[in-house]
Amino acid sequence: MAMRSFASLRMTEGQDLTAIRPNALWRRAKPVVLALIVPLLLLAFWQVATTRQWTRLIPTPGEVAEYMVDFAVGGIYDDAYSATLTSHLLASMSRVYGGFALAALFALPIGMMVGRLPTARMLLDPFLQVMRPIPVTAWLPLSMILFGLGAKSAFALVCLGAFYPILLNTIFGVRSVDPKLFEAASMLGCRGNAQFYKVVLPAAMPSIFTGLRLGLGLAWFVIVVGEMTGVPQGLGAVIMDARTLSRTDLVICGMIVIGLAGYLSDRVVVMIGNRLLRWSPSHHG
Amino acid sequence: MAEATIPIVEIGRVSKQFQLQEQTIHALSDATLSIAKGEFVCLIGASGCGKSTLLRIMAGFEQPSAGQALMWGKPIEGPDPARGMVFQDYALFPWLSVRDNIGFGPASRGLGKAEVKATADKFIELVGLQAFATAYPHQLSGGMKQRVAIARVLANDAELVLMDEPFGALDAMTRERLQDELLDIWQRTRLTVVFVTHSIEEAIFLADRVVVMTPGPGRIESDNRLDLPRPRDVASPEFNAVRRVLGAKLHSHHSKKAA
Repeated sequence: MAMRSFASLRMTEGQDLTAIRPNALWRRAKPVVLALIVPLLLLAFWQVATTRQWTRLIPTPGEVAEYMVDFAVGGIYDDAYSATLTSHLLASMSRVYGGFALAALFALPIGMMVGRLPTARMLLDPFLQVMRPIPVTAWLPLSMILFGLGAKSAFALVCLGAFYPILLNTIFGVRSVDPKLFEAASMLGCRGNAQFYKVVLPAAMPSIFTGLRLGLGLAWFVIVVGEMTGVPQGLGAVIMDARTLSRTDLVICGMIVIGLAGYLSDRVVVMIGNRLLRWSPSHHG
Repeated sequence: MAEATIPIVEIGRVSKQFQLQEQTIHALSDATLSIAKGEFVCLIGASGCGKSTLLRIMAGFEQPSAGQALMWGKPIEGPDPARGMVFQDYALFPWLSVRDNIGFGPASRGLGKAEVKATADKFIELVGLQAFATAYPHQLSGGMKQRVAIARVLANDAELVLMDEPFGALDAMTRERLQDELLDIWQRTRLTVVFVTHSIEEAIFLADRVVVMTPGPGRIESDNRLDLPRPRDVASPEFNAVRRVLGAKLHSHHSKKAA
């Protein structure tokens, strides 16, 4: 109700105050313009640094852009990597989302148990706290022994990377429910296990969602490590291969694609979050 | 007000101790109180007098260390929809709309969807929040939130409404309006209300009986029946006379300590 009247208020404002329209336009464009300043400055610096040959090992932005087009649709260099972007991206995405889903599958129930059941906390919390500081890169050799060279290993490493943020935020979320809400629920006739579904889960949703968001971000973050395991396809594999071939243009293309893919996937998650967590005043990314 | 032979609430020689680190806190000592159906009782006292503890024992959130708390002659063993609590900080479910907060109790009782909505809408109307049925708690003012909290316990057929300084966090204007609305609802529904406050004015304005409590250890100092006609005029000499008497009782423990 309040939202509707606010929208109509804005509409009349736009109709009446046509004189200040450029101002309104600027207000809308401002976030985009501000967001582009730093990348454009960096791009300019890159351009200057490479054309003035401060370094000879890094290609110019123009060369990278040209290679990106070839990488995406081919037709320029027509080498082994031409027009392979989509298949590499899809391979990486399947590992990122697959590993992430598997991580969520384990981290959510374990987190809920550790957060709510003292016995589960005593049983698992010390172990998990010791395991947590071990970086995904350190797991690489063991993962290759356990899961072999290839996709299974990459999958396991991505899963491991996404696991802890989901776990920790789930534990935090289910533990920090306002105790008053349990009293409120029980005096309204909601007791025992029903309180878990009716109080704990919804109250923990913002934290759980933050965990999922961080987990998905980390899944993209560790994809290169995950794909160091000798998989033929994937953006991480491309970057590792390009490194051995001294194809820096390809390395940079891979980096840009991972950055953009990770960004877009995060935006989607944030949009879903803003929709599901409309009720939460603090949850708008 | 002796319509019922059995009191709705009977507190018999109830004491409550808490263990706080090494210390034993005597929150409530030897409290005896009996409340008849339909009464509006205010518990008043300085912080530490045990008024909230007594209320929480009536709600079933706490068990007495000694003595017994009965409702309709049966021991109060835990929270129950028959005893609705209105908290000072509202304790609404932030993820539920106004309608779903009010429908929470009926839904927990297992009523059908249509029935839950009809019940919720009836009580939304009672507290005048029709325009905000789909709003979330964070979009509401403090006064509106407390209206939702009141509607929530009424929608669940509470016979006894326990209120823990419910208007303490509200501004003076909103507080007065909610006091009027609460009296109006109470008179129309003949609920039994136990209302904790630290404001003498609020207690005298609302209550049939004012139970004065004093701290250290928390105990009942006196139980005062008010015969002021309603609606009460806070500026009247009668009102002020009662205020003086209760004020003296409320501060009696200070002079005792000083002596």
